[in-house]
Amino acid sequence: MRKPIYLDNHATTRLDPRVLEAMLPYFTEKFGNAASRNHAFGWEAEEAVEQAREQVGRLIGAEAKEMLFTSGATESDNLALVGVAEFYKEKGNHIITAPTEHKAILDTCHMLEQKGFRVTYLDVDKFGSIDLNQLADAFTDKTILVSLMAANNEIGTLHPLGEVGRLTRERGVLFHTDATQGVGHMDLDVEAMNIDLASFTAHKIYGPKGVGALYVRRRKPRVRLTPLINGGGHERGMRSGTLNSPGIVGFGAAAELCRVEARSEREHLVALRDRLRKGIQGELDFVHLNGHPTERHPGNLNLSFAFVEGESLIMGISDIAVSSGSACTSASLEPSYVLRALGVGDDLAHSSIRFGIGRFNTLEEIDHTIKRVVEVVSRLREMSPLYEMAQEGVDIKTINWSAH
Amino acid sequence: MAYSNKVIDHYSNPRNVGVLDKSDPNVGTGMVGAPECGDVMKLQIKVENDVIVDAKFKTFGCGSAIASSSLATEWIKGRTVDDAMKIRNTEIVQELSLPPVKIHCSVLAEDAIKSAIADYKRKHGQAATTQQQEQQTQQQARS
Repeated sequence: MRKPIYLDNHATTRLDPRVLEAMLPYFTEKFGNAASRNHAFGWEAEEAVEQAREQVGRLIGAEAKEMLFTSGATESDNLALVGVAEFYKEKGNHIITAPTEHKAILDTCHMLEQKGFRVTYLDVDKFGSIDLNQLADAFTDKTILVSLMAANNEIGTLHPLGEVGRLTRERGVLFHTDATQGVGHMDLDVEAMNIDLASFTAHKIYGPKGVGALYVRRRKPRVRLTPLINGGGHERGMRSGTLNSPGIVGFGAAAELCRVEARSEREHLVALRDRLRKGIQGELDFVHLNGHPTERHPGNLNLSFAFVEGESLIMGISDIAVSSGSACTSASLEPSYVLRALGVGDDLAHSSIRFGIGRFNTLEEIDHTIKRVVEVVSRLREMSPLYEMAQEGVDIKTINWSAH
Repeated sequence: MAYSNKVIDHYSNPRNVGVLDKSDPNVGTGMVGAPECGDVMKLQIKVENDVIVDAKFKTFGCGSAIASSSLATEWIKGRTVDDAMKIRNTEIVQELSLPPVKIHCSVLAEDAIKSAIADYKRKHGQAATTQQQEQQTQQQARS
């Protein structure tokens, strides 16, 4: 077993060796610019890019022509929101989203609000799910866009994209989904779900960093965007800049593997994820699951270990790479805004750990993780004044703490 | 973020974890912090002839918070009460090489020492000293 064990696959994934192999020639002998129309170097690169465009599109049921390549999901999210807002501002100025979206969406929405757009943030329940009735009521005649993520990056909760798409289509409102975590891990079909725009990136599906995609529907309706990056008119004029052909080839190869292996991979992830959860909860009490119990990303397990602070737990399990919603692991000193939106108390948000299981994780690694987590949580609880109080039957909520 | 070796040492082998009998008149108990803020320190001292003969702690918090409280118990053992009052958070920062974002852990440890001493003094009918009042004002300013 190789250590440290990587269980942070929502942050990024290891490049699949088969993807690297596909990419390598495009760094060396096949180095052409895909926009060079007058020689073989250019044609070779263009052909590879177009094949990748088809592979990436096929993963979400889209046609090659509908896929734009970008630098990553953050750029795709920015382009979708700002591009639609700018282009359709005469039609309306209202956008609907949720407070649990990624910062690439939320910060862009805040920027648009400063420019005079109005944004509705739907409520989420304790699992992070939206209420479709509230969404239906939130539309106004000024609504131009709904943006809701496929799978949440922290808690794994899936949004009901099919139902959302039905509501947006009925009303002639565009529907964007940030599918960064969801793609490859759930059924995602832009036709069946009436999705008009979708963002995702290669490095979350075992492809390279620095390359993303934005699906932009071409027909029924044809979606238009004002570009963020202007220049040579690449990508149907919506995203200029020389294409990162090795990265795009890698993205295509990664998407193809994801599509072909989707079913077996999902089974693998769910088996490991459920084993991890049962193993931990079988040994420790006061362990809470964050996110939806069933409607969730197959590789996501987000747990709060009451009475233990997340960063100290991460420090203890130093041979396992995970992430925490604790403030201490971020620069902001605020606990996870996603857990807060779910109504998880700040104390439990500080105690949360996100396990992100991926393609390359093994049963052996999961069993080792269970053992280490149980050991370290038990040790830290022995030195936790909060655990001691809980054992004595004191409810920590009733104490008048001095906030600092 | 990389931790200093001393933080790792205190985190891995914390000194003086445990509990003293809080009903003992010679024991002072201090509890500072809040669960919502991600750290709570409980520090206890046992005093004989004005000297701290034993100290125990329990901490809910990050590695630096655990290390700060562990170090605090190590430092106050054997000191007189007045001497222990002189420990400053900046000394803890220096000893553990805490980065700026972890300074509040050292502040909390200093507060925990003072809070335990205040409790001990209360048990012995001694009013809070000016220094403690000063500290309370500081604490209000921080929150």
